[in-house]
Amino acid sequence: MAEVKKYEEPRIGVYVCHCGTNIAGSIDVKAVMEYARTLPNVIVADDYQYMCSTPGQNKIAEAIKEQKLTGIVVAACSPRLHEPTFRAATKEGGLNPFRFEMANIREQNSWVHMHQPEEATEKAKDSVRIAVAKASLLEDLIPKSVPVEKTAMVVGGGVGGMQAALDLASAGIKTYLVEKEPTIGGRMSQLDKTFPTLDCSQCILTPKMVDVFRHENIELLTYTEVEEVEGYIGNFDVTLRKKARGVITPEEATARGIIGGGCTGCGDCVEVCPVIKPNPFELGMAPMKAIYVYHPQVSPLIYTVDFDSCVKCGLCVDACGNERKAIDLDAKDELMTVKVGTVILATGYEIFPIEKKFEWGYKNYDNVITSLEFERLICASGPTGGHLIRPSDGETPKKIAFVLCAGSRDNTGVGKPYCSRFCCMYSLKHAHQVIEKIPGAVPYIFYMDIRSFGKMYEEFYYRIQDEGAKFIRGRVASILEDPVTKNLHVNAEDTLLGRPIDMEVDMVVLAAAIQPTAETEKTRRLFGVSCSQDGWLLEAHPKLNPCGTTTAGVYLAGVCQGPKDIPDTVAQAEGAASAASIPIHRGEVELEPYFAVCLEDKCAGCGMCVYQCPYGALSLIEKDGRTVMHVTEAKCKGCGTCGGFCPGGAIWMQHFTTPQIVAQIDAFLLGGEQ
Amino acid sequence: MADENWKPKIIAIICNWCSYAGADLAGGARIQYPPDIRAVRVMCTGRVDPLFIMKAFQDGADGVLVSGCHFGDCHYLEGNYKAAKRMFLLKSVLKNIGLEDKRLRMTFVSASEGAKWGHVMDDVIKTVSELGPSPLKEFAR
Ligand SMILES: Cc1cc2nc3c(=O)[nH]c(=O)nc-3n(C[C@H](O)[C@H](O)[C@H](O)COP(=O)(O)OP(=O)(O)OC[C@H]3O[C@@H](n4cnc5c(N)ncnc54)[C@H](O)[C@@H]3O)c2cc1C
Ligand code: SF4
Ligand code: SF4
Ligand code: FES
Repeated sequence: MAEVKKYEEPRIGVYVCHCGTNIAGSIDVKAVMEYARTLPNVIVADDYQYMCSTPGQNKIAEAIKEQKLTGIVVAACSPRLHEPTFRAATKEGGLNPFRFEMANIREQNSWVHMHQPEEATEKAKDSVRIAVAKASLLEDLIPKSVPVEKTAMVVGGGVGGMQAALDLASAGIKTYLVEKEPTIGGRMSQLDKTFPTLDCSQCILTPKMVDVFRHENIELLTYTEVEEVEGYIGNFDVTLRKKARGVITPEEATARGIIGGGCTGCGDCVEVCPVIKPNPFELGMAPMKAIYVYHPQVSPLIYTVDFDSCVKCGLCVDACGNERKAIDLDAKDELMTVKVGTVILATGYEIFPIEKKFEWGYKNYDNVITSLEFERLICASGPTGGHLIRPSDGETPKKIAFVLCAGSRDNTGVGKPYCSRFCCMYSLKHAHQVIEKIPGAVPYIFYMDIRSFGKMYEEFYYRIQDEGAKFIRGRVASILEDPVTKNLHVNAEDTLLGRPIDMEVDMVVLAAAIQPTAETEKTRRLFGVSCSQDGWLLEAHPKLNPCGTTTAGVYLAGVCQGPKDIPDTVAQAEGAASAASIPIHRGEVELEPYFAVCLEDKCAGCGMCVYQCPYGALSLIEKDGRTVMHVTEAKCKGCGTCGGFCPGGAIWMQHFTTPQIVAQIDAFLLGGEQ
Repeated sequence: MADENWKPKIIAIICNWCSYAGADLAGGARIQYPPDIRAVRVMCTGRVDPLFIMKAFQDGADGVLVSGCHFGDCHYLEGNYKAAKRMFLLKSVLKNIGLEDKRLRMTFVSASEGAKWGHVMDDVIKTVSELGPSPLKEFAR
């Protein structure tokens, strides 16, 4: 264990990075370095092309040894990028890694003042002066190691969440898979075929669903939602709400002493249930009863009572019978709390309500459908047995328009500015299915650009062109319905031929944009995860840490982080599973030692701070005949809210102490040329 | 005092998780804004002791910006609410001592709002520039 050292006088080394021309392009690096040499406590100052490179880091380590430095300042990029790098270099030189301070002269200077080199250079000098002031007051800190619970949680049981759970579980980690719906599978179970290979979606998904259900290390919690989250990496306490399902599993039956009882998935109850309502899995295009499974391949194969529509007639209870006793119409929601070390969010997406683009008439015109509805209509297990029909008259459509980027890449403010990434490809797939299934039918694809970027995707595009699909480059301005025939007039501009088009078709399929689910906001707040401007969950770094989040121990998989197709979802899920298993396999994590410390001689014991702490880390204790505040380190997350409040200045916020911050303020305002 | 070359001295105390990240994002996107603000990073705006702000004004700062996460987004649940309350009170203190309360500003900029950070910079600098040098400046030190 490292020991805490004290030094007589601060001896600071300052290193200014050129970052190629990223910094040196607008800041006079030499001038900043020369300026640093004039600052109090600065023993050495140097500059280098790339401080983060091995020679750059070596400079720091060597100078610490040779010059007996007590603190290091690097003026370079953002500490959010390279603080860990330079802390390691500081440690390498034999100094406590927390004796390092960074001046951000790239993201918050050279890149934002590109055309003001003089002002940028002055600002860089100020930033270095501020950093030196802090570095002069930095102390040795010892990170705290905490043990990591050897369990994980995955929230969302789509293909992403399933893959992540399978990987974690196969690596020997007990994993809770939490799914809000009665079955796992997510959107992929609603698809008919998958591009570009055209394998049947259910055929490749169902075995995975069974694997999840059977895996000894996976505890599958369907029809369950996250209610509350407490704790931190290694030690999350997650409270779950198991929604009243009204039907018990064979295991639950055994636990209740009903030997040989519980739901067998026979479906006898469904026959007798008098309530009929639209099936959301079939997007309302097929009926279901108040006791239901969405489709035959659900996992687990346990029925669910929809208590919103159930009339409690009890017919199903009788049909189920006295031996199985699987139905309990008095069931109530149950809360349970589990402790997990790491969490993966894989909560997927929903379809943008495309009726908002009223000019295309979705929900007003019978024969305008969405691509997801197309998937159900063309699927052999769907509501029409796989016969694509016009909702208006049940006829088979021959001339079908596919409208791409419906609500995507839309800067009107109604739709979404981003590309939904899989609509081009699934629409090509749909065109293929139309040609294959309906003799003589012709798909017309209205597109802006075809984005076929994946492996074998461009080849798939050529194949569909060869098969006879017609491509028209242009955004569809409006769709009008012929009130008699219910045919549709698609109005667009063919931007390649430069002429307007008015095409009469039998059916229109809108490749509607996707968006974060309605619950995403709630879920991300529970786990303390940020979101990007359009609501997708925010990764820790867009390139270097696409599976992590800024909350240690919480990772992302699949579309909840941004639109992606199945191959990318599965790849990210495997990445997230690997990342989430690392702390668990290491067995402990180091927490940044930014804890509050009570300066007992200054503390008046007023207890005001106790109410400031959001984590209940503070309490009052009796010590040597006085009342003083006490910090429970394991609970303190180091926000500093108590320290910002204590009227007596009795709280020492490690690494952000009052003297350090005041020194920074003074250095800026009083330290430079007046 | 009011010489033509006068540039405001503004200090920003910003939280690590949202505003600092947002400011970094503005850099990545090369959003250009005037260079009159110096930032001090804290983990959360909850750390901001009103004393820091008084000290900055005492030192002659022309403006102070405190910027954190949006309400509900604070990495530590509610530090930004507590900070907002304190800034609110502090503004009335500033008024009482005869300092324009517009010199103190609290904003909420998320990690994905690089463009917003640029707007905040423009706006804070403009507001403080219009107010001119702080009347406390001559007492500084
Ligand atoms: C019409 C259409 C056709 C497509 N065709 C293809 C194709 O051919 N090939 C291809 O590669 N991709 C295709 N895709 C894309 C594919 O659907 C996605 O890539 C894939 O479903 C993403 O999986 P996921 O696990 O990230 O999200 P989802 O499949 O959305 O799964 C998320 C799961 O999380 C659950 N959940 C959500 N919130 C919570 C919560 N708060 N608590 C608990 N559980 C929650 C949901 O109920 C759901 O089960 C198509 C998409 C559409 C719309
Ligand atoms: S630490 Fe400060 S606020 Fe807390 S009890 Fe002591 S004096 Fe009061
Ligand atoms: S620093 Fe934050 S988490 Fe730690 S005791 Fe103070 S208020 Fe609580
Ligand atoms: S962490 Fe940003 S305001 Fe609290």
